[in-house]
Amino acid sequence: MFKIVEKRILNDSMTLMAVEAPYIAKKAKAGQFIILRVNEFGERIPLTVADYDREKGTVTIIYQKVGKTTLMLDQLNEGDAILDFIGPLGKATELEGYKNVAVVGGGAGCAIAYPQAKALHGMGAKVDMIAGFRSKDIIILEEEMKAVSDRLIITTDDGSNGNKGFVTDALRKCIEEGAKYDLVIAIGPLVMMRAICNLTKEYNIKTLISMNPIMIDGTGMCGGCRLTVGGKTKFACVDGPDFDGHEVDFDEAIKRSKTYFDLEKEATREYNCRLMEGAKNA
Amino acid sequence: MPNMSPVKTPMPEQEPNVRNKNFEEVALGYTDEMAAEEAKRCLNCKNKPCVSGCPVGVRIPEFIQRVAEGDMEGAYQIIKTTNSLPAVCGRVCPQESQCEQKCVRGIKGEPVGIGRLERYVADWHMKHGAPEKFDVKPNGHKVAVIGAGPAGLTCAGDLAAMGYSVTVYEALHTAGGVLMYGIPQFRLPKEIVQKEIDALKEKGVKIETDMVMGKVLSVDELFEMGFEAVFIGTGAGLPNFMNIPGEGLIGTYSANEFLTRVNLMKAYLDEYDTPIIRPKNVAVVGGGNVAMDAARTAKRLGAENVYIIYRRAEEQMPARKEEIHHAKEEGIIFKLLCNPVAIHGDDDGRVKAIECVEMELGEPDASGRRRPIAKEGSNFEIPVDSVVMAIGNSPNPLIRSTTEGLEANSHGCIVVDDATMATTREGVYAAGDAVSGAATVILAMGGGKEAARSIDEYIQSKHSK
Repeated sequence: MFKIVEKRILNDSMTLMAVEAPYIAKKAKAGQFIILRVNEFGERIPLTVADYDREKGTVTIIYQKVGKTTLMLDQLNEGDAILDFIGPLGKATELEGYKNVAVVGGGAGCAIAYPQAKALHGMGAKVDMIAGFRSKDIIILEEEMKAVSDRLIITTDDGSNGNKGFVTDALRKCIEEGAKYDLVIAIGPLVMMRAICNLTKEYNIKTLISMNPIMIDGTGMCGGCRLTVGGKTKFACVDGPDFDGHEVDFDEAIKRSKTYFDLEKEATREYNCRLMEGAKNA
Repeated sequence: MPNMSPVKTPMPEQEPNVRNKNFEEVALGYTDEMAAEEAKRCLNCKNKPCVSGCPVGVRIPEFIQRVAEGDMEGAYQIIKTTNSLPAVCGRVCPQESQCEQKCVRGIKGEPVGIGRLERYVADWHMKHGAPEKFDVKPNGHKVAVIGAGPAGLTCAGDLAAMGYSVTVYEALHTAGGVLMYGIPQFRLPKEIVQKEIDALKEKGVKIETDMVMGKVLSVDELFEMGFEAVFIGTGAGLPNFMNIPGEGLIGTYSANEFLTRVNLMKAYLDEYDTPIIRPKNVAVVGGGNVAMDAARTAKRLGAENVYIIYRRAEEQMPARKEEIHHAKEEGIIFKLLCNPVAIHGDDDGRVKAIECVEMELGEPDASGRRRPIAKEGSNFEIPVDSVVMAIGNSPNPLIRSTTEGLEANSHGCIVVDDATMATTREGVYAAGDAVSGAATVILAMGGGKEAARSIDEYIQSKHSK
């Protein structure tokens, strides 16, 4: 069992948790992930390591309430425990040697993009952080992102923060204005990462993306997380989760991400009903 | 008087058309009378050829004599001296190519049903046996075991019996390895595996789940933590694909994923959250036991048509005869001398058909089996909504890629001394599928046993210097 030592609500749909997992905290690096299982009947889901504290022995995750498992996780509070918490899995992001980097986050992806920016900033690279959200009231980690970047650009789909547009628009503007990036890191929904990769291909800028497909074990055993990279089959859990975005077959990955779409929707609907019943009876 | 019947006492089974709709065990086990009857078929040969066919050297005629005498606990204690997982082996060992193949009764008629008797004795003990007592004096030495599958559990059990303090590290949330995630409930009930694991814990073996070794701790760190030897039994867990078009389509599974979702993650039970596609028409590619398991599992999930697609003929299938027989009884359709060339999908990326080509057998290849050759222009499609690839597994590289001085061959199998199971790194031993590539439960157990003996010798000799 893994104790939750901190729970912080970031916005309506996103929550941060610091979990006691000393072995993992000792080894975790930016770009790696954990797999958790809330209870005996639950699924195993992968979540990226958002932060870690080697001294305190804690690992921080940030999750978006999108389905039954994350809703179940959200029922837990500080002092409660998660049944299984496994990691650190996957390869760490290779950040050595880059001088001028654009880190692009989309929605919940900002939670994962942030530690990358932090690591790069710490290594002395110049970092432009571009973060996109649907609207102003769901912006997360603004102060944190500002602290680790030379320039922070936040866009909103609806323009409610005064800067309407998509992250692709902001990145194109930066490049057009003369930013000479030697690396772009893009983390967010698959369609957003695909759009960023299409853009950076035009300018021939190396682009790293972080994949978060369906998986079970996270150690290479099930092969459920496979994707096509440069024409070859790769497993996101052991070969990734980071890949050269210009080589990834996004169309296939987007289709595969919908494998259990209907089952997940039904499970979430049922679970929400039960939560509401519970609230009524309480 | 020995029972001179030329055939084995039959073991009751669930009716094929009933069992292919449930996950209950197929074979129901002997009654006391059946066991006594079968035990009397053993001639108690002096030279005991059957024992030489057993990778862990179970004292077969001795335990069978006890069964014939009605001393079941005595029989169990004899088996237990060399086999730490009898209830498992009695169910999943390929006896027909091991102990039973050597049985004298097999020359004229069927051999003694050794596997069935082993299972009977183990089940009898689980039901009626007194809890085992252990008063082994701790010897003060610590050994780490990586992987809680058949090899690791056997090695841990044997070392614990010698007085070692053993910690087993397991990557998944449940110990048991392939016994839990791979072999289905209807062939090996998980409750039985769990009982064997609980018995090991009673012996003092510590099992740490959720620990992906090589990631969370390295072999070097284990030595720093005071373990004097490390055993690696990480299995062959990396699924192979055919590298044909369409393997990325929704509905294409590796057998590992398909079986893990059902066995470990219990997708077949409503109270579990694990999603799985419940296909109407399924193609399972491969001819081994795993292919049979996947096909029979798909049938139980409600599939109407389940095809086994295998590129050679039935005689060349690596699966046990009994498994092939059971699969056929349950209505699995065998498409032999066929090889998939592509999987086709619809606009949403979901599997809709598998395209195959007919094969014919040519000259024998390196494995001694006649090599299948594609018949040009014989392509045809089978409409399916799911494809399960059961064409083998490779060893997982997590440990060897993070452990210095550990040599592996070109297939990724860890190199060991055949007699001692010692790897190229001092104090590190390995056995099971991580060494042999995908093989059987009992061979892994035999290797784990051998390694336990060597580890004991290694540690004792180090301290006697």
